[in-house]
Amino acid sequence: MKSTKFTPERNISKAETDRKWWEIGDFFRRNSLWLLMYCTGCCAIELPPAMTSAYDMERLGMGPMATPRQADILLVSGYLSLKTLRRLIYTYEQMSEPRYVVALGSCPINGGIYHDSHAVINQLDQYVPVDVYVAGCMPNTEAVMNGFVDLMEQIKNKSANGWKKYHDNYEWYRQNQIQSLGEVDVHDEFHD
Amino acid sequence: MSITILNFLIGLGIAFFGFVLQTSIAGLNRKIVGRLQKRVGPRWYQEFLDIFKLLSKRATSHGWIFDFGVIMALGGIIATAMFMPLTSTFNAFGTYDNFFIFVYLLAVGMLGMAMSASGSGNPWASIGVMRALTTMLAYEVPFMIIILTIIKIAGSSLTGIQLYQQAAGNNWFLIALPLGGIVGFISLMGMLGKKPFETYIAPAEIASGPMVEYGGKQLGMLFIMHEITVFIEVSLFVHLFLGGATNIFIFILKYFLVYTLANLISNVNGRFKIDQVVTFFYKWPLILAIVQAFIAIYLGWVI
Ligand code: SF4
Repeated sequence: MKSTKFTPERNISKAETDRKWWEIGDFFRRNSLWLLMYCTGCCAIELPPAMTSAYDMERLGMGPMATPRQADILLVSGYLSLKTLRRLIYTYEQMSEPRYVVALGSCPINGGIYHDSHAVINQLDQYVPVDVYVAGCMPNTEAVMNGFVDLMEQIKNKSANGWKKYHDNYEWYRQNQIQSLGEVDVHDEFHD
Repeated sequence: MSITILNFLIGLGIAFFGFVLQTSIAGLNRKIVGRLQKRVGPRWYQEFLDIFKLLSKRATSHGWIFDFGVIMALGGIIATAMFMPLTSTFNAFGTYDNFFIFVYLLAVGMLGMAMSASGSGNPWASIGVMRALTTMLAYEVPFMIIILTIIKIAGSSLTGIQLYQQAAGNNWFLIALPLGGIVGFISLMGMLGKKPFETYIAPAEIASGPMVEYGGKQLGMLFIMHEITVFIEVSLFVHLFLGGATNIFIFILKYFLVYTLANLISNVNGRFKIDQVVTFFYKWPLILAIVQAFIAIYLGWVI
C-alpha cells in the first residue's frame, strides 16, 4: 500500500544530477574567464584598451593569467607562423579542461593578408578547435569585447564544445598537425 | 581546561569565517583598486566565483608529492587559523593562543606549498619557492625583534596582548611603539606579498612563481589556502598592534582598514628585485626595530 500522504519520491537519474552540476559549474565558468594571451599577431594591440579603463574586461570577471595551466581561454591574436603554431598546440594541450579558444582577426579564419605566405598557416581550426572568431583586420575593441560576451553566451547554451570536439576528433586534428609540422611531440617535459 | 569536540568545531568555524571574510574583502578591494584606476571593477563576490570556478575544472597532476603538498598546505593553514582569537574574549582553544603557535603552524602550510611546488618539477616554481624563502628570511628578522619587544612587555598570549592594550592607561602598540608599528606594517606587506615585495609571485617575470604548474582544483585549493593565510597575517597585525578588538564588528572594521591600506600602497608601487628586498629589510626596518627595542626595553620609554 502506498501512502498518499507524502509526495512520491522523485528518482533523479545520475545523468540528470550530472547535468545539474555541470550547469552550476557553467555559471561559475562563464563569470570568471581567465585569459592566456598568445600575442604573436598585430591584433594584440586591441587588447590593452580592452583590459584597462576604456573597456575594463575585469567587470565581466575576466583577466590575464600567467600560465596555460591557470587559464580558461587561449586567445590567439592574429597570424600564426608554423613555428608559433607548434608552441600554440603545446600550450593548448597543457590547459586544464574545459578550455576555450578565441581567435582574433581575419588571419586565423582564412589567412587574411598573409593568405599566400609560405610561412603562415591559413585556417586555425584545422589544428585546434576554435569557439569564437572575431573577424576584422584588425577588429575593433568593441568587437573583441563582443566576442567575449558571445563566448559567455555559448557557455550558457552549452555550445562552447571545442574541447570536446578535440577529444572526439583527436586523430583528425593530429593528422593535420603532423602534415603541417612534420612532428608534434606532446609530453610532460619535466617528468620524462 | 579540557579540550572537547566543541572546541574543534568552533576552531573550524573560525577558519571558515576567516575564509569568507577575507575573500569578500579581497573582492571589495579589487573593486576599490578598479575605481582607483578609473575602471568599473569586478563584482564584490568575484573572488568566490573564481575559486568555485577553479574547483569545477579538471586538473592535471604531477605525481603524488604535488597533490599531497597542496592538501598539506591547506590543512596546515586551516589548523593555524583554528587557534586565531577573533576578539579578546572569543577564541576556540582558551589559553592556547600563544604567538609561537602561529609561527610554528604557519610553517607547515608554507612548507607544504614549497614541497608541492618543487614536486611539479618546473624551474619557475623552484625559483619562486627560493625567492619566497629568501623574502621570509628578510622580513622575519625585523618583525621578530619587534614581536619579542611586545612579548617582553605584555607576555606572549595573543589574548593577553590584546587585554594589555585595552587596559586603562595603556595605548595600542602602534602608538606606544611607533617605530615598531611602522616596522610591523612593512613586514606585513612582505608577508602578504604586496607589491614592492611581490618578488616571488611576479607574473610577468617568473610566471607566478610557485603557482606556475597549478590549474583547476589544485589551484582552487591554493587560493583558499592563500585567503586563510592572509586572514591569519592581517589578524595578527590587528591583535598585536591595533589593540585587538572587543567585539566582532570592531575586528572586521580594523581588519578591513589594514588590508585596504596595504592593498592601496601595493597598487602605487613597482616591484623590487629579490636582492633589493633583502637589502631593504636589512637596512631601515632592521635599524628601526633595534632602536625601538632598545628604547622600549632598556630605557623603558613606552609611551
Ligand atoms: S587580422 Fe590583420 S591585424 Fe590581425 S594579425 Fe592579421 S594582419 Fe594583423
